[in-house]
Amino acid sequence: MTDTPLLSVVGLTRRYGAHLACGDVSFDLWPGEVMGIVGESGSGKTTLLRCIAGQLAPEAGRVMFDTRADGPRDVLRMSEPERRMLSRTDWAFVHQHARDGLRMGVSAGGNVGERLMAVGARNYATIRRSAEDWLTRVEIDPARIDDRPTTFSGGMQQRLQIARNLVTGPRLVFMDEPTGGLDVSVQARLLDLLRGLVRDMGLSAIIVTHDLAVVRLLADRLMVMKAGRVVEAGLTDQVLDDPQDAYTQLLVSSVLQV
Amino acid sequence: MIEIENLSKTFTLHNQGGAVLRVMEGAALRVAPGECVALTGASGAGKSTLMRMIYGNYRAASGRIRIGGLDIVQAAPREVIRLRRETLGYVSQFLRVLPRVPTLDVVAEPLRALGASQDAARDRAAELLKRLNIPAPLWQLSPTTFSGGEQQRVNIARGFAHPFPALLLDEPTASLDAANRAVVLSLIDEAKARGAAIIGIFHDEAARARVCDREIDVSAFAPKAAA
Amino acid sequence: MTGTVQQADYNFAYLDEQTKRMIRRALLKALAVPGYQVPFASREMPMPYGWGTGGVQVTASVLTPQDRLKVIDQGADDTTNAVSIRRFFEATAGVATTTRTAEATVIQTRHRIPETPLRDDQILVYQVPIPEPLRFLEPRESETRKMHALQEYGLMHVKLYEDIARHGHIATSYAYPVKVEGHYVMDPSPIPKFDNPKLSDCPAIQLFGAGREQRIYALPPHTKVVSLDFEDHPFEASRADHPCSLCGATDTYLDEVITDDAGGRMFICSDTDHCEARRARGHRGKDAA
Repeated sequence: MTDTPLLSVVGLTRRYGAHLACGDVSFDLWPGEVMGIVGESGSGKTTLLRCIAGQLAPEAGRVMFDTRADGPRDVLRMSEPERRMLSRTDWAFVHQHARDGLRMGVSAGGNVGERLMAVGARNYATIRRSAEDWLTRVEIDPARIDDRPTTFSGGMQQRLQIARNLVTGPRLVFMDEPTGGLDVSVQARLLDLLRGLVRDMGLSAIIVTHDLAVVRLLADRLMVMKAGRVVEAGLTDQVLDDPQDAYTQLLVSSVLQV
Repeated sequence: MIEIENLSKTFTLHNQGGAVLRVMEGAALRVAPGECVALTGASGAGKSTLMRMIYGNYRAASGRIRIGGLDIVQAAPREVIRLRRETLGYVSQFLRVLPRVPTLDVVAEPLRALGASQDAARDRAAELLKRLNIPAPLWQLSPTTFSGGEQQRVNIARGFAHPFPALLLDEPTASLDAANRAVVLSLIDEAKARGAAIIGIFHDEAARARVCDREIDVSAFAPKAAA
Repeated sequence: MTGTVQQADYNFAYLDEQTKRMIRRALLKALAVPGYQVPFASREMPMPYGWGTGGVQVTASVLTPQDRLKVIDQGADDTTNAVSIRRFFEATAGVATTTRTAEATVIQTRHRIPETPLRDDQILVYQVPIPEPLRFLEPRESETRKMHALQEYGLMHVKLYEDIARHGHIATSYAYPVKVEGHYVMDPSPIPKFDNPKLSDCPAIQLFGAGREQRIYALPPHTKVVSLDFEDHPFEASRADHPCSLCGATDTYLDEVITDDAGGRMFICSDTDHCEARRARGHRGKDAA
């Protein structure tokens, strides 16, 4: 077991005016771990995710990422080119709405190939082979490589978004409600796929969701947020089965049992 | 292998006026490698609670649970995750799986998590499913649609796929017919023979008598002052 | 053809001196940072957008009374656009004009680079409709600027990838994107890709003006310009596979001309001056009169 966390978040704080969106959040994420962040709408979980992923500037705190070349570095103090390079290579961001994460006017193959071309791939046949391989891995018929995502179903679009993100072999994946808005059966297929990819690629992931069933199936660890604060954190099944905090108890007891 | 000292458990019900339930105090036990210990006591005595605490599923109020040198009560989540992956297996009463995943892969999963190849993990899974009399045509289906007894056997196959040095078994023989019950008991015997430390809850007295070396009545760990 | 007398009511070359200074500053910056799109305060010109208002403003700013101006549109000196712009400068600047590439000191062009190699005492001014090569794939200006600054040009190859995926080869045949001196990706204006190699290492100054989009960019003399491509689908400066029907040239860019409604057609040099010069030297194609 390595002694360096892949990601170490320290004292992250972000306000919108007088409103505290997330306050003094700290945690470590280790290689291969999947962490869920749950909480009701407005609890600050998406703000936290965007601050960590460098899409939003926090007011205070550090986001230390264990870079391949130089070891742990504060992402927030990196130059913009470095940060953007990181988000194209070692990081991936899966949006809730596939439309936000895909180029709808570009073929499936082009969508998957973009990240490869962005890091310098210049051989058409190689790029295409990678795209075919990834479409297969996310269970999209490679015969549809030249179709645009507009012709895909919601679940396929989401899987395409995942392929597009994972093609460069990232080490850390951010997911914002990855199964939101999908049919239950499609959700299950996506969760299964994600779990397999996380395991086979040794990915670390941070998943923001309000769906406790999703974190139970995907996340090793769980962080519960309320009004911008982390109220409880621990092993997923421990937090869900033996919640300590009043809010977590309320949250868990509010879920419909199926 | 498993050492428990002075373990206590309380539940604080914040949404019911902050009521504090003390459910266990001063629990202690030891299980050596190759030993199988049964937890006994009436319903509600705390057998499952204790077992869940050993697995790290419930948080202990105080005390120590050492498994292979790691104190679960104090351990960081990632240490518990690793312990569960490599050292500590758990066969619960209920099968909780992702819908759609074929039975064969459900059983192979613990081996895949340890880095086994898909083929090797599936071979082992197939061997166990066959032994537990799950018909091969069902292996490619999700166990969510199976009968209670079939789910139970899938759960057992999954729990025994990796040779865990420590095993927790919650009613492994409940709702099984005689033939399958015998298979499960021999699996337990084999685990003991290879040195696994096992803690089990068995309502099935005959089974308990056959595989368990000792019994521990958890009623003894009830809080003394509790009403 | 020589210039008519300048109309006294206009400042030299129509634009006022302050505007020309502003544009010359933009041009100097553009020359200093080859391929970089410099914003400028494009003026209303007495012609519609799309008729070369950007090119006209650049030409007006570089023109001196001693210059000899040539204006071409798709290689021809005699199309409406070329004729109007030439007349415009004859009227407002009183400069001499010519159709001969070799005799011109300033050449304003739309959609072509002359076939006759340019010299270091010449300036080529391009009219540009859409200066941003990334625009069709990334609509946000804030984002495209960042992409240029950080050289994040993966998207440009996505466009070429899509071409190959759909057509089996890079079907982009004009406005073919280029990389300038290893940094900025640039839209060379809608010239045919046949002309792309002429952009590189050219002794003349090349200036690009986009009036509606308010951008100026430039290639100083002998700038290295590389057309983007894939290793396994290299750039090709393609042309119609025919000799010119009039002058017989086999190395020029050709226009296809439909001659009747029975499928008759001929291929002729798009650069009319070049074609005429060849014929004057006695070269003859199969349909030459």
